[in-house]
Amino acid sequence: MEIPWTDDVDAAMTRVRESKKPLLLDFTAAPM
Amino acid sequence: MYPEARVTSFVSEQFEPVRLHVKKHSEAMGRFGADWTPTVMIVDSDGKEYYRIEGYLPADDFLAKLKLGLAHYLFKSGNFAESEKRFREIVDEFPNNEVAPEALYWAGVSNYKGTGNGGALGETAKAFQSRYTDSPWAKRSTVWAA
Repeated sequence: MEIPWTDDVDAAMTRVRESKKPLLLDFTAAPM
Repeated sequence: MYPEARVTSFVSEQFEPVRLHVKKHSEAMGRFGADWTPTVMIVDSDGKEYYRIEGYLPADDFLAKLKLGLAHYLFKSGNFAESEKRFREIVDEFPNNEVAPEALYWAGVSNYKGTGNGGALGETAKAFQSRYTDSPWAKRSTVWAA
């Protein structure tokens, strides 16, 4: 299973406003 | 930290996953106070931080901390029945991991906060008399011992 990462944090915050699902922010230096 | 299916499935099912690169998203690093990579944070829709993991961890330790962080998120959101369930699952799934004593402590607090039953704290203190006796969380529970 691939993790459905996004790099648009503000859009992600808007998406979870209703669901109350928490965001997982992964700050990385690895190639993306 | 994400090569194992049990980690990727947990992340995909329980979180809205956002990956930010240190060079491409330096503004976000400052916005969320990330000083190092890897840094993993659990935040809510307002950006309020609930849990932080800094530095690389093997998959087992990483998954244990992710689960602990999610349980803390549920606790601080006032969902005490679900946080107690999650904290107890951590103790059962990772009994020898460093997060287990912390999870046992907060399972007791979750029960108390959710039910108002002060006996839950005494039961937790009693549990610490036979498990994780040298942990800082056992010391914190001594005040609850009858």
